[in-house]
Amino acid sequence: MTSADKFFNQHYGLTESDLSKFLAEALSEGGDYADLYYEHTSSSSVLLDEALVKSATEGTAVGCGVRVISGEQTGYAYSDDLSPAAILKAAKTAARIASGPARISTIGLSTLEPAHNFYPVTSTLTDLDLIPKLELVLRADRAARAYDGRISQVRVTYGDQCRHVLLAGSDGKIITDFQPLVRLSVYAIAEANGRRGTGVSGGGGRVGLEYFDGEHSPESFAREAARQAVVQLDAQEAPAGEMEVVLGPGWPGILLHEAVGHGLEADFNRKGISAFSGRLGERVASKLCTVVDDGTLPGRRGSLNMDDEGEPTQKTVLIENGVLRGYLQDRLNANLMSATRTGNGRRESYQHIPMPRMTNTYMLAGQDDPEEIIHSVRRGLYAVHFGGGQVDITSGKFVFSASEAYLIEDGNVTAPVRGATLIGDGPTVLKHVTAVGHDLQLDPGIGTCGKDGQSVPVGVGIPTVKISRLTVGGTAPRNLQSFT
Amino acid sequence: MTQSPLEPMACSLVEDAVRRGATAAEVIAWEGDEFSVGVRMGRIERLKEATSKSLGLRVFVGTSSASAFTSDFTPASLDKLVSRASEMARVTSADPLAGLAEPDALGQYQGELALYSEDVSEVSTAQRIEMAARAEAAAFQVDPRIVNSEGASLESGVTVKVYVNSYGFSGAYRSSYCAVSATPVAEAAGASGKRLERDYWYSVARSVAALESPESIGRKAAERALRRLGARKVATRRVPVVFDPETAASLLGNVFEALRGDAIYRRASFLAGCLGQKIAAETVTITDDGVRPGGLGSRPFDDEGVCSGVTPVVVQGVLQNYLLNSYTARKLGLRTTGNAVRGPAGPPSVGPKNFYLHGGPHSPEEIIRSVKNGLYVTELIGFGVNVVTGDYSRGAAGQWIENGQLTYPVAEVTIAGNLAEMLHGIRMVGSDLEFRGPVAAPTLLLEGLTVGGA
Repeated sequence: MTSADKFFNQHYGLTESDLSKFLAEALSEGGDYADLYYEHTSSSSVLLDEALVKSATEGTAVGCGVRVISGEQTGYAYSDDLSPAAILKAAKTAARIASGPARISTIGLSTLEPAHNFYPVTSTLTDLDLIPKLELVLRADRAARAYDGRISQVRVTYGDQCRHVLLAGSDGKIITDFQPLVRLSVYAIAEANGRRGTGVSGGGGRVGLEYFDGEHSPESFAREAARQAVVQLDAQEAPAGEMEVVLGPGWPGILLHEAVGHGLEADFNRKGISAFSGRLGERVASKLCTVVDDGTLPGRRGSLNMDDEGEPTQKTVLIENGVLRGYLQDRLNANLMSATRTGNGRRESYQHIPMPRMTNTYMLAGQDDPEEIIHSVRRGLYAVHFGGGQVDITSGKFVFSASEAYLIEDGNVTAPVRGATLIGDGPTVLKHVTAVGHDLQLDPGIGTCGKDGQSVPVGVGIPTVKISRLTVGGTAPRNLQSFT
Repeated sequence: MTQSPLEPMACSLVEDAVRRGATAAEVIAWEGDEFSVGVRMGRIERLKEATSKSLGLRVFVGTSSASAFTSDFTPASLDKLVSRASEMARVTSADPLAGLAEPDALGQYQGELALYSEDVSEVSTAQRIEMAARAEAAAFQVDPRIVNSEGASLESGVTVKVYVNSYGFSGAYRSSYCAVSATPVAEAAGASGKRLERDYWYSVARSVAALESPESIGRKAAERALRRLGARKVATRRVPVVFDPETAASLLGNVFEALRGDAIYRRASFLAGCLGQKIAAETVTITDDGVRPGGLGSRPFDDEGVCSGVTPVVVQGVLQNYLLNSYTARKLGLRTTGNAVRGPAGPPSVGPKNFYLHGGPHSPEEIIRSVKNGLYVTELIGFGVNVVTGDYSRGAAGQWIENGQLTYPVAEVTIAGNLAEMLHGIRMVGSDLEFRGPVAAPTLLLEGLTVGGA
């Protein structure tokens, strides 16, 4: 018995024969496959505002989701009561999707452990006393305020969760995982002469509190948030229209998440409703671009030992030297497309049906010197920090919103500009990538992706890149005249 | 009055917390059923059904507070909930203004709110599946260029919410909802191969009977997808922009965020310090109504037990009220407006009831006719709104207006401005206000926005 297996046995009396019985009930009306997803998540969070720890919260969510797959169809039910009667009822409900003779579940179940451990954790987050967590937010607050006298407001949030999961499938596999996740975020506002500026920074991952020792200190995130806020005090109107854009390394990788990542999720492609449908093998980016999705990076927020269907995560090449190579698969879509699973079947919780999702999506480093990339631009935008983004999968149009950006004038980074949304077309934007830096960075670990009402933690990364043509949504079309 | 076994359980948890040293305590709890069916290309794609529950406890020790939540209602789990919340409340900061809502604000609206309809539970699974399938089928019948579908769905739910606090407030109410949506995909040949466009339409209500017909939903979704075919970029310029009711509601949602009490007391809003001032054109009147019968944001009391009512927010352009819960009200020296909302975790936040911009005298056609050159926006994407500075920049799609007529579809453009100026720049307000969610607005004509394109 593995630790998580023991976990549900010890706390809820769950046995292998129970699991067999529930799976048999799930397949009592037929169907190709059934699985049970047991989850116990304990979490804690701390909120600091106005230099006061205004709230601390702890919580527990526990439940089991039962899924039955029959061809393209999925039946799903869940229960937050783990008693055998409640799970049997959920299994009976999920079974209604199929209509055929009962399918005999496998004879025996065997328990597996994930082949890897990508979570370098030395302490169990939620067993820790609250005090060290309070210290993190208080330290961040002090550092942000000390950064500059114009910092007027600081808000800091800390959150962690520990998720025990057990996946039992009608293919005879039981697999378990214990998934930690921690995040610290700092929000700062600067105010001077009636103007305001905002900054956000933070970090975390599938790590323990020791992550915040050293280079990822609360002070480092606090100073970064404060720095961004102060820069914004002097920001001028952002330009509007098409222009050359240089993206800084790291978090601007959200470009890849929106422009290509979602469009390469297998569900949209199987149905033929993605702007990338049927384009495997086609050139969709410049030769400089190789983009991967990698769930195996140790400690990363988007990493997992296994996806939420029990499949090991992997590194999947999406675009190789500009050519579209692969989709992100879950069980259902891989089966229907006769493709191989890629470990991207994810779900928010036991209350949700798995679907293809990204893990950590990034572009491999290129050869160019980041400084030279900037120097090569006569007039353009240099964007280094972004808020959220969004994409219309079918038309391929995507946006991502710069929160810190500067004008490039005659090859030099000059004035900061106000926040602006950048808009482009997913299947063509990467064709306009004309330089890729050698400075690949991943984001610091605070990203969350939403799809169809489900939120999952993800990562992104990118080196400095130059895009020869992208529409910038500023307010100043007149600035554009000097841009042409 | 709604009876729920959660209510006595919540009462005993509050008593237990007080017995163990809390100076005040509150419990919020839910239980509910959810159902959803997705139909695609005429076949069921997914069928989901479940019941769930959750409970959150917040305790105060003096002016320090902490909270705990769980979905496990076993006695051992609830015992741990009380002990952990009580322990944590001893180490958080003393915050002089922390506390429950004032006793004289507590109460339940006694009028009929029509939050619950039997028909949501009564309609059979087969009928639900059929409604979703009819919506999708209707979309396909509109035009042969509707070639594919992301599917159609019906989602419904019934929830009982309970709130109890140590000032003696105890209340429960039941609500239901049902939503039908369709997302067809249209295809047309373009210069560089086939182009696909999808769009959606939906209807959501407290009862099945109040829904738009599935056929009407499917047809509108198809028409919306078809009118996007052949979309192009336009040149960057400053032009009048007409927001349709869906995108106008999204804009109004940004205004709500800027009027939340927590943004105001932290000066994290461009509208901080603007009470009593003219913040919008005279054509603009905004109300937050918690007691609109059948409203998707209606409720007898908020998540602190404060009695629901109607809050005038902006009257003819002048800001009358912020939207507050009890904490943000105390921070600002004001009285709560009953806008507390909370999940099981953490302290109450601030959320809209039925927050709407009053309809004006102009038909949407008249508004479009008044524009010589401009953009009619039917979709906004992205998160480029900063309510601290008011900076506004979002991705947009819609139709180009020329000489008062909708001419061709537009995509891959941005619209940008500053919310403070945009509110003053509302030139015309449509007569087509419809409540399709907790935040609602009619067609609006704005001046002073930059359209970013080629």
